Amino acid sequence: MINRTITDTDGVKRYLITLNVNGDARTVLVKGNAILANVLRDELNLTGTKKGCELGDCGSCTVLLEGKPVDSCMVLALEADGREIITIEGVAVNSKLDAIQESMINHAAIQCGYCTPGMVLSAKALLTRNPHPTEPEVREAISGNLCRCTGYVHIVEAVLAASEGRLAPGEHEYPREEGDSI
Amino acid sequence: MSKKYSVIGHSVPRIDGPEKATGAAKYTLDLKFPNMLYGKILTSPHAHARIISIDTSEAEALPGVKAVITHKDVPTLKYGLSPARWDENIFCSDKVRFVGDKVAAVACLDESTCYKALKLIKVEYEVLPAVLNFLTAMNEGQPLVHDEYEKNINTEIHQEFGDVAKAFAEAYHVRTDTFIGQRTYQCPIEPHAAISMWDEGKLTVYSSTQSPHYFQHYIAREFGMDMGDVRIIKTFVGGGFGGKLEPTGLEFAGAVLAKLTSRPVRMFYDRAEMFAHNRGRHAQQMEITTGVDKNGKILVAHANFKMDGGAYTSLGIASAYYAGALLPMTYEFDNFKFDMYRVYTNLPACGAQRGHGAPQPKYAFESHLDNVAKDLGIDPMDIRILNARRPNTVTPNDFKVNSCHMRECLERAREMSGWDEKKKNRIPGRGIGVSTGSFVTGAGYPIYRTDLPHASAFIRLNEDGTAATLYTGAVEIGQGSDTVLCQMAAEAMGYCYENMKIIAADTEITPLDFGAYASRQTYMSGTAVKLAGEEIKKQILDMASAMLSLPAEDLDSDNGIVFSKSREGKTLTFQEVARKHFVLKGPLLGKGVYTPPRLGGTFKGAPVGTSPAYSFGAQVGEVQIDAETGEINVLGIWDVHDCGKVINPRLLHGQVHGALFMGMGESVWEEVLFDDKGRILNPELANYRMLTAMDMPPIESEVLDTYEPSGPWGAKEVGEGATNPTLGMFSNAIFDAMGVRVNSLPLTYEKVWRALKEKREREAAEKA
Repeated sequence: MINRTITDTDGVKRYLITLNVNGDARTVLVKGNAILANVLRDELNLTGTKKGCELGDCGSCTVLLEGKPVDSCMVLALEADGREIITIEGVAVNSKLDAIQESMINHAAIQCGYCTPGMVLSAKALLTRNPHPTEPEVREAISGNLCRCTGYVHIVEAVLAASEGRLAPGEHEYPREEGDSI
Repeated sequence: MSKKYSVIGHSVPRIDGPEKATGAAKYTLDLKFPNMLYGKILTSPHAHARIISIDTSEAEALPGVKAVITHKDVPTLKYGLSPARWDENIFCSDKVRFVGDKVAAVACLDESTCYKALKLIKVEYEVLPAVLNFLTAMNEGQPLVHDEYEKNINTEIHQEFGDVAKAFAEAYHVRTDTFIGQRTYQCPIEPHAAISMWDEGKLTVYSSTQSPHYFQHYIAREFGMDMGDVRIIKTFVGGGFGGKLEPTGLEFAGAVLAKLTSRPVRMFYDRAEMFAHNRGRHAQQMEITTGVDKNGKILVAHANFKMDGGAYTSLGIASAYYAGALLPMTYEFDNFKFDMYRVYTNLPACGAQRGHGAPQPKYAFESHLDNVAKDLGIDPMDIRILNARRPNTVTPNDFKVNSCHMRECLERAREMSGWDEKKKNRIPGRGIGVSTGSFVTGAGYPIYRTDLPHASAFIRLNEDGTAATLYTGAVEIGQGSDTVLCQMAAEAMGYCYENMKIIAADTEITPLDFGAYASRQTYMSGTAVKLAGEEIKKQILDMASAMLSLPAEDLDSDNGIVFSKSREGKTLTFQEVARKHFVLKGPLLGKGVYTPPRLGGTFKGAPVGTSPAYSFGAQVGEVQIDAETGEINVLGIWDVHDCGKVINPRLLHGQVHGALFMGMGESVWEEVLFDDKGRILNPELANYRMLTAMDMPPIESEVLDTYEPSGPWGAKEVGEGATNPTLGMFSNAIFDAMGVRVNSLPLTYEKVWRALKEKREREAAEKA
C-alpha cells in the first residue's frame, strides 16, 4: 500500500498514506514510527480517541480497524494505510446516537467519560458480531477497556440493555405534566 | 415519607452524557491553541542525590527548543497543599528527594523534540544514601530527607480523649493487633495535563483539576500575583480521586515556560510520570488496641500509627489527622487515644486518595474488631450492632453527628446478604465478612486558613424564560456534580431540568467554590445552588403575583409553570413571567452562598474530620477461597448506605459501585511497588492491577430512606464513604473463610495461599 515516500533534508523518511476514517479518505504524511492514535488526534483532530497509557493497557484509544477493536496506540499509522477505521466520532450517524451510546447515557454508565469512547467501540464491535451476548461475553468484550469510575456495573447493564433494544431503564422516566411546553 | 419532588430524587440522564458518549467532550490534552508549544519536565533518576551541576547548553542549542528552565529561572518560594509544611520547590536546587523529583523543563515545537532535549540536559549528581523504609526512617543514623525535619518526622500527633488508662484498666478484655496498609495510587484514566498562557500580566491555565480555586490560590501565591490575574479553567476531567487536587509541576513549570516564550505551552504527565508524581494513599503501619466489656461493648481504643509520607507533605498532614479522626465514628466509645508519626522517605509524596486517610485505619479497626469478637465468641454482626453509633451523638473527638442510621445499615445488610443463614450453614472454603464506614460530607474547614464561604453559586434565568444557566465553581470530575446541581437548581426554582445549562469551574466566570474533595459538593455547593434557585423563584412569584393579581403566598411553581394554590387554572409559564421581569426590572438573577457552622473542638488538629454531616454505611461480602491456589472468588457484595436524601439514584449507585471497585482493588490487587533504589517497579496499568470488567463481582447496593436535617433537601455524602468499609470487609470475609488472618494489604492470592499453607503446617505439627 505504501506507494509514496518523501525523505527530508535530515534524512527522515515520511510516508504519504490514506486512512479511511469514518467513511472519509484522509491523506496524511507520516513518519514510519507515527502511532495511529497520535495521527488521529494530532493530524486529523479526532480527539475523541483518548490516550491513557500509550502502552496498550487501558483501552482508551480503542478504534475499530476493519471492524475489529484495536488499541490505536499500538498500531502504526502505516499499518492502517488504506484500511477502514471507525473512531468514536463516526459512531453516531447524522447526530443520531447509536443504541449503545443512548443506552450508556440513560443507564448512567458514563462518569468521567474518559474511557467511554473506547468502551462504546468495544461494545459496538461485540454487538455487531454477536447481537445478543451473555453477560460474561459483554464483560470479556470490554475487559481491555479500563474504567476507574463505575466498577463496570452500569456499563455492563447498558450494553446488555442495548442488545435487547431497551435504551433506558424503567426508573428513568420521571413525572411530567401533560402539555408542559418547556 | 417525604413529599414528592419533580426533579430531585429522579435518575435524570447526565447533562454531559451526549458530549462524552460521542467523543465531543474536550479534556485538557484535546485542546490546541495557535502557536502552542509542548513542554516536558526532566526528573531525577535517583531517590536521593545532591545536584552538583546542571548544563542545559546542548539542549538549548537543539533546533525546535524554545526554552529550557531550571531552579535558576523560577521562584524559590516553597509550596505545598497543607500550609503548615510548605516544603516543595518548582525545581530542586540543592538535592533531589525521590525518583521523579523535578529538575528542569523544556518547551519545544513538538513533543518528540521535548524528549530529545531532555536527554541533552546534563545533570551531575552525587548520589546519597536514601530513606526507603518508613518503619525505620526515624531511627538514629538515618539520612535526613529534609535537613530541617529531625528524625524525618513530618507530622507528629498525640491526642487523648476521655480517660484512656482507666478504661483499659476496667476493660474485661484488651487486645492489640498490628496491620500494614500498602501504598496505592488514584490512577485516573486521564493523565494530568495543563495548558498555560499569558496575556500581558495575566496568566490563564486550562487544567485537569479538582479545584480551580486552590490552583488559583497557590499559583498566585507562588508567582506573587493577584488572584484576579490568575484564571484557572477546568476542562472535562477524566477522573481525579484526590490526585488532581493540587497544582503540579505542569502548572508551575508551564506558567514559567509560557511566560518566557510568550506562547501557550501544553504539558502532560505520561502514565509513569503520573505514578511518580503520585500523591496516592500512604502506606501505613497500624497498631490498634481496644478494651471491651464482656458483652463486646467497646470502652476504649488506642490507635498507634506510622505513615509513609514520601518526600513532600502534599496534603499529608490532613491525611495523618484523618487516619485517627474518623475511627470513633461508626462505633460509640468515649475513650480514645491516637498517636501518629508521618515520616519523610525518599519516595514519591502521598496525599489524599478517595476516603482520605480513613480506609486503611478502618481496615485495621474492623479486622481487629473481628478478632475481638472471635476472642469473646460473639458474631461479628452482633458486636457491630451492639456498638453502632446512634443519631444526635458526639464523638470523643468532638464531632457532632446528626442523622445516623448505622444500626439500620447493618441490620439491612444482614438481611440482604443472608448473613445468619450463611453463618449457620458453613461451606468449606467459603467466608462472609462485614465492615462499616463513615465519611465527612465536606470538610468543616478549608485547606488553607480563610474565612471565605465554602461554596457559592448564581443562576441567570434567560430573558425569555426558556433556559436557565447555573454558574458554579463546583467541579465535575465524573461524579456527576454538574447534573445533580442542575437538578437541585431546577427543583428550587420550580423549573425543568431539561432547560438547565451550566457553566462551572472557571475562576473568572464562576463564583468561588473549593472544589471536588472531601465529598462536599452535593451538600455544600448544593446548598448554595438551592438558595440561588429559591431567590429566582421568589422573584418569579413576585412578578407573577402582579401579573395575576394574586398574593405571592398563593403562588408556587413547578416544572416551569407558575400556578395558584387556591384557584385552578390561574397559571403562567416561566416564559411569560421571565419576559415581563426582564422588560420591567432587567436580568433575573439568583445567588446563594454556603458557609458551614463553627464545628469541632479546640485541641490541636481538631478541625480535621469536622463536617456538618456524616454518611454511614455497612458492607457484607462473601468469598470462596481456593486452598490450592489462594485464589479469592468474590461471590457477592452487599452495600447499604445512609446518605440522606438521594438527588439522583443512578448516579448515586454509580458512586457506590466505583468506590467499592476501588476498595476491592486496594483490598486484593493494587500496590505501588519499589525496588531497592526507590524506583517504581510497576508504573503502568499492566502491573498496577486495577480490576477489569471480568474481575468485578456482583454488587447489590441499597440506600436507606434517610434525611440529614442540615443538608439541602436532607442530602449528605456518598462518593468516598463507600470505599471505607470495603478493605475491612474483604479482610473479614477472607478471615472467616480461612480461620487465619492476613495482616497486611493487599490481601493477595499469594499471601492467602501462604497463610493457608502455614496453618496446615501448624495443624500438622500440633497433631504430630
